[in-house]
Amino acid sequence: MSISLTLNGTSRTIDADPETPLLWVLRDELGMTGTKFGCGIAQCGACTVHLDGMPIRSCQTQIGDLEGSSITTIEGVSGKAADAVRSAWEELSAAQCGYCQSGQILAASALLSETPKPTDDDIDAAMDGNVCRCATYARIRQAIHVAAEKMGA
Amino acid sequence: MFHFMKDQIQAAKPSRRSFLKMSAAGAGGFILAASLPGASRKAAASGGEFAQPFVHIRPDNKVVVLIKHLDMGQGNATGLATLIADEMDADAAQVETNFAPANAELYKNLAFGMQGTGGSTAMANSFQQYRAAGAAAKAMLVAAAARKWGVPVSTITVSKGVVTSTSGQSSNFGDLAALAANEDIPAEPVLKTPDQWVYIGKSFPRVDVPAKSRGSVGLYGMDHQAENMLVAVLARPPRFGAVPAGFDAAKAREVKGVVDVVQVPSGVAVLATSTWPAIAGRDLLAVTWDESGAETRGTDEMAKELAGMTATKGISVPGSHGDAEAAIASAAKVIEVDYAFPFLAHAPMEPLDITVFFDGEKAEFWTGSQFQTIDQMVSSRILGLTPDKVTINTSWAGGSFGRRAQPDSHYFAEAALIAKARLEAGNAAQPIKVVWTREDDIRGGYYRPMVSHKAKVGFDDKGQVTGWSHRVAAKSIMQGTAFEQFAMKDGVDSTSVEGIGELPYELPAFQTEVHNAKTPVPVLWWRSVGHTHTGYVAETMMDRLAKEAGEDPLDYRLKRIKNERLAGVLKLVAEKANWSTPLPEGRYRGIAAVESFGSYVAEVAEISFREDGTVKVEKVTCAVDCGLPVNPDNIKAQVEGGVGYGLGAVLRNEITMTDGQVDQSNFDTYLPLRMTDMPEVEVHIVPSTEAPTGIGEPGTPPVGPAVANAIAAAKGEWVTELPFSRHGYA
Ligand code: FES
Ligand code: FES
Repeated sequence: MSISLTLNGTSRTIDADPETPLLWVLRDELGMTGTKFGCGIAQCGACTVHLDGMPIRSCQTQIGDLEGSSITTIEGVSGKAADAVRSAWEELSAAQCGYCQSGQILAASALLSETPKPTDDDIDAAMDGNVCRCATYARIRQAIHVAAEKMGA
Repeated sequence: MFHFMKDQIQAAKPSRRSFLKMSAAGAGGFILAASLPGASRKAAASGGEFAQPFVHIRPDNKVVVLIKHLDMGQGNATGLATLIADEMDADAAQVETNFAPANAELYKNLAFGMQGTGGSTAMANSFQQYRAAGAAAKAMLVAAAARKWGVPVSTITVSKGVVTSTSGQSSNFGDLAALAANEDIPAEPVLKTPDQWVYIGKSFPRVDVPAKSRGSVGLYGMDHQAENMLVAVLARPPRFGAVPAGFDAAKAREVKGVVDVVQVPSGVAVLATSTWPAIAGRDLLAVTWDESGAETRGTDEMAKELAGMTATKGISVPGSHGDAEAAIASAAKVIEVDYAFPFLAHAPMEPLDITVFFDGEKAEFWTGSQFQTIDQMVSSRILGLTPDKVTINTSWAGGSFGRRAQPDSHYFAEAALIAKARLEAGNAAQPIKVVWTREDDIRGGYYRPMVSHKAKVGFDDKGQVTGWSHRVAAKSIMQGTAFEQFAMKDGVDSTSVEGIGELPYELPAFQTEVHNAKTPVPVLWWRSVGHTHTGYVAETMMDRLAKEAGEDPLDYRLKRIKNERLAGVLKLVAEKANWSTPLPEGRYRGIAAVESFGSYVAEVAEISFREDGTVKVEKVTCAVDCGLPVNPDNIKAQVEGGVGYGLGAVLRNEITMTDGQVDQSNFDTYLPLRMTDMPEVEVHIVPSTEAPTGIGEPGTPPVGPAVANAIAAAKGEWVTELPFSRHGYA
């Protein structure tokens, strides 16, 4: 089956079994390995991408359901929020092993696009689905606040 | 990771004289190696590149530092790059890192004698070695510049990647690389004195954060891609010790993309053109298992067995003093406390993965190898090759926490066996990536062992200890592995008892015994190894003893502490956490201090209780003494992460089994610490000029007992059966 969608701003036509999770289409068919496999059951957020700007779990999203949609991955995410997030991440050395960080950055960018000045509670609500086994949570929280300041500046 | 390596680390400081030039080799450059007698004093370069084992200088002015360790998030790549950059006076922006190939001769961990990462040794064993390599490179750049410009060496200075002479010439490193490669390697490179350091002890940007923030290609083993690659996912035994007896793959083969099904001792592999069909095919396999050697007991039964063992006399652990039993027999009061610790999975964010290519004559692997030497040995033996025919490309690892440090290299062995079976069946050589799903990871064993402790303490009529007799029962990590011969003495595996064989506190009589339990469940070191349980036991017991004596837990420790540095972190953490000031209503504190791998960490946990009775850890204040702090920010990051990792485990992590089958399978049942669980963590570093020691693990052990002591401060009871979720606290 052939599915047409926008991927990181470019129109693509993808040939795949419609039940294939977007995660594996990205990683294996398109060679875009920035989106990570962590659990496969929507429990860890490592596979987070944006669907029309909203964070979703690509491991639980079948490619057949994405006709006409717009997907953004870590390789393509940009704009005011994403740029501020990346720069805050680097400033605070937020990543350790880094394996969860694509998902964290996508989740944080989506949060800041919606809520440019998030409270700690907003951060908890938006980020609790993104597991970091290195437990970099304290720096992620701080980096989101720093990114918010950068956006406001 | 390995207690027994401590002495070897002390002895591992390489003599500067041992830096000799060896021969022209490798990536068009020369090799500078330690302790290679008879080495040539002349080197050659080619391609305009300066290439030593630990540092390359490319004509484009990049300084590439070769990292002999696995960086699984603990930041050693940045740490080792810092050492070289500082001694070379390179500009931080020109420094990159690459992982070194498997080559024990050049890249052995000086604490292990083989190439490998663990025991928080990366910085400790490399500190002199990498600095010397950087200093040698700088001396050669200076010598090359002097020759080129016809000026004396003494007129040349180097700063931020620029070589300058007092007569006005200047050059970057890249333009001097080829010339520098022709210079003699200084036999005794002069190291900087601490006052000359520009990055060490200050800061150096993490080399990996930009790539990790951009989803860059090829960082992790899981991301390895190759032309014509197959992906293998295995049906693995439902019980530990079971082996496949046969399978029906008819349904699996119907999945589009599945190309082959191969049986190996560890399971049945479905090979497909990509990951999704391999997983789908695996789920459709019907495998029959031979369970004659399998563990069929549940963990409740195993826990009973361990507890039963601690009721009987075990093997004596060195470090005992006095006659504890006699003291207890005549004590005014005796307490007996039993502790039970569950199996724990490491659950690194990146499940295991490995890519192999084997064509019958040579093999190549791509993965986050943590014990390169053993991984190379084991796979070469399976493939019928000499080790030099096995190339290991080490990638960044998405965590490990010990999981990838394999005494039996089981995941290398498995990949090698699949590749060999494919070749022997007449297939053309193809790269094969073996992918572990999260379920494979959680159910795959190699857990932190289940452990039982029994502490029996006698007191006089004033509540002062007269004797403490201690017993530990656990499956040994070392027994039956290649490490057994030097890691076990007289039946005592130091990783079972490190931290409880000898206490850091002065007590009149103390003795520990150990029992080695048997089970087919494979066990392994888990971030801070034995200290994950011994630290918990020792430090919650200290609070009990303080209570018996009617003393403040901090004062009680400080009065009896034997080690100055441990006392130092206790005092610092107490000051920073305002130990002696009262807390607001509903808040409670606990303190704990643990030395592990030569580093000293004390933590104060401040907690409250939610309405449902669960514990909310509000803040953890930490004081750390890990010798000279090479990269203070990374030390803080590692302690923050170590606190989170340890906290997640004590709150609600346990692998349980029913009739030998693991009850958990993924992050919905093995619940990881999340953002809402994470306390504020404040880290204070003791300034020190002692040799640097590790920091990947030592932040983990104190958090459990600190929180348990805080709970006890509130409830008057210590949790002795882990995790806290068993008691409604999580
Ligand atoms: S891999 Fe999709 S949420 Fe974990
Ligand atoms: S940085 Fe390692 S899992 Fe988040």
